[in-house]
Amino acid sequence: MKPFSYERAGSPAEAAAAAVRTPGAKFIAGGTNLLDLMKLEIETPVHLIDVNGLSLDKVEPTPDGALRIGALVRNTDLAADERVRRDYGVLSRALLAGASGQLRNKATTAGNLLQRTRCPYFYDTAQPCNKRRPGSGCAAIGGFSRQLAVIGGSEACIATHPSDMAVAMRVLDAAVETVRPDGAARSIPIAEFHRLPGDTPHIETVLEPGELITAVTLPRPVGGTHIYHKVRDRASYAFALVAVAAVVQPDGSGRVALGGVAHKPWRVEAAEAEMPKGAKAVTAQLLAGAKPTPENAFKLPLVERTLGSVLAEAKG
Amino acid sequence: MHQPGDLDVTRRGVLMGTAATIALTAGSFPVPAEAAIGDAAPQQTLTPVTSTVSFTVNGRDHDLTLDTRTTLLDALREQLHVTGPKKGCDHGQCGACTVLVDGRRINSCLSLAVMHQGDSITTIEGLGMPDRMHPMQAAFVKHDGYQCGYCTPGQICSAVAVLKEIEAGIPSHVSADLMAAPKLTADELRERMSGNICRCGAYSNIVDAITEVAGREA
Ligand SMILES: Cc1cc2nc3c(=O)[nH]c(=O)nc-3n(C[C@H](O)[C@H](O)[C@H](O)COP(=O)(O)OP(=O)(O)OC[C@H]3O[C@@H](n4cnc5c(N)ncnc54)[C@H](O)[C@@H]3O)c2cc1C
Ligand code: SF4
Ligand code: FES
Ligand code: FES
Repeated sequence: MKPFSYERAGSPAEAAAAAVRTPGAKFIAGGTNLLDLMKLEIETPVHLIDVNGLSLDKVEPTPDGALRIGALVRNTDLAADERVRRDYGVLSRALLAGASGQLRNKATTAGNLLQRTRCPYFYDTAQPCNKRRPGSGCAAIGGFSRQLAVIGGSEACIATHPSDMAVAMRVLDAAVETVRPDGAARSIPIAEFHRLPGDTPHIETVLEPGELITAVTLPRPVGGTHIYHKVRDRASYAFALVAVAAVVQPDGSGRVALGGVAHKPWRVEAAEAEMPKGAKAVTAQLLAGAKPTPENAFKLPLVERTLGSVLAEAKG
Repeated sequence: MHQPGDLDVTRRGVLMGTAATIALTAGSFPVPAEAAIGDAAPQQTLTPVTSTVSFTVNGRDHDLTLDTRTTLLDALREQLHVTGPKKGCDHGQCGACTVLVDGRRINSCLSLAVMHQGDSITTIEGLGMPDRMHPMQAAFVKHDGYQCGYCTPGQICSAVAVLKEIEAGIPSHVSADLMAAPKLTADELRERMSGNICRCGAYSNIVDAITEVAGREA
């Protein structure tokens, strides 16, 4: 690990300002992704700004019936929050399907959204990777790509976003609240928060340098049956091959988002009109234009079958 | 092994010796960053930075001055010689390093020591010692919840926390109803203990041990 200096931030605005003051600085929350990557010298911050003391650890209702989740709320606490279990079950389910009890006790809302890909070549510093070292090439294209993206990828990168939580937040139309180094706050719809790789796969979100996430807001509850199905190589403590987050209404209408298939949580609103017709019709639109590799083409029928089982479960 | 003064030093020995010297130097003195392997990091001189932190371990206060890079696991093992927590993977993938921080289980390998100012840390040594074992330790002994024992300190710390998490109503991936109190079934225990890998495969005895303690507490 490269040496770094360390400070505890006093307020969100101060943290954001400190991040631009020191080039090469990074925020650290739970540390479960950043430290992992620092040990491998994939991340090499020269200064860490500890945001744990910022009192952003509450889940609070807003006056207009939304639920505001602080950036520092731990994944365990968010999954166990009574309002989340009752009104946003798909989010509890997605969180509980991720990582382990120990990791969820540390992992935070903001850190989970910003966790980096699990592409094996991103981790292997002996290999070219445009995300890790822009312009070096992509070892995954033509390499072992079983876990990687089937849609939305580019010539430069076919990595997936590994978060379960983010897929549920996408289906719930969450918004990411931030504060910028000049002190200005903004709210970013989750649909626009993560980027597709294009020719700059190292730029993963629309956050500006130094911009700090303060909260994620869930709009008023939409009712319906909330389901998260995650398919993985072992029954627990493994990343998704394919995941389906869905909210299904009694009349068969609803929303669906996919994990494990793209560089961001994958949702195509137009495909949701097909929900009453069943999984095949929805998947055809959701994954229209998919470009799988020979190694991960299995994900296409797997999505359809997983969605099929979700819709069957929703019918009861 | 060749000593530095040996006359019959082979070329290979010289190369290896040089590499080892560089590796050692890099850890303790300011050196310019070599062309970064991993990242587009700017070229600069990096000097190790120290910082202070105070926390308690198993009830004892400690004031430490540490390289900021020190993980909680390394601070416990290397500085304080509390060697119950084990280093299995050092990447959050095995659970051997599990300790309780203010009662919550975490992977001490993925946490910086300097981020634990004021915390109360409990390791396996703090749960119990051979002459006064914690009920969970006694149950692991009784049910043979281990073979080599390397994963055991982490398993036991995790198991103690799992029972508290169930009591606190925290659901799991296998809980059928998110709104109901979680049940104390073998399925629940297996899922909740999945962050602790046992290469010896003592899993079924571990579940038996936890089940016995849970039954006694209930
Ligand atoms: C073995 C293992 C298995 C895992 N399995 C899963 C899984 O199955 N599913 C899953 O979804 N995840 C999984 N994870 C990933 C885990 O969910 C993430 O590591 C965790 O959510 C990251 O949160 P953190 O608070 O620890 O982030 P950190 O490591 O502290 O930070 C991550 C990034 O976010 C930035 N950041 C943190 N807070 C803020 C903020 N407030 N504003 C702006 N930037 C910020 C940091 O600078 C850093 O770049 C796994 C991890 C491990 C180690
Ligand atoms: S897929 Fe993306 S992350 Fe993986 S090697 Fe290619 S560029 Fe790197
Ligand atoms: S050593 Fe910490 S999880 Fe393996
Ligand atoms: S007892 Fe040997 S690894 Fe678990």
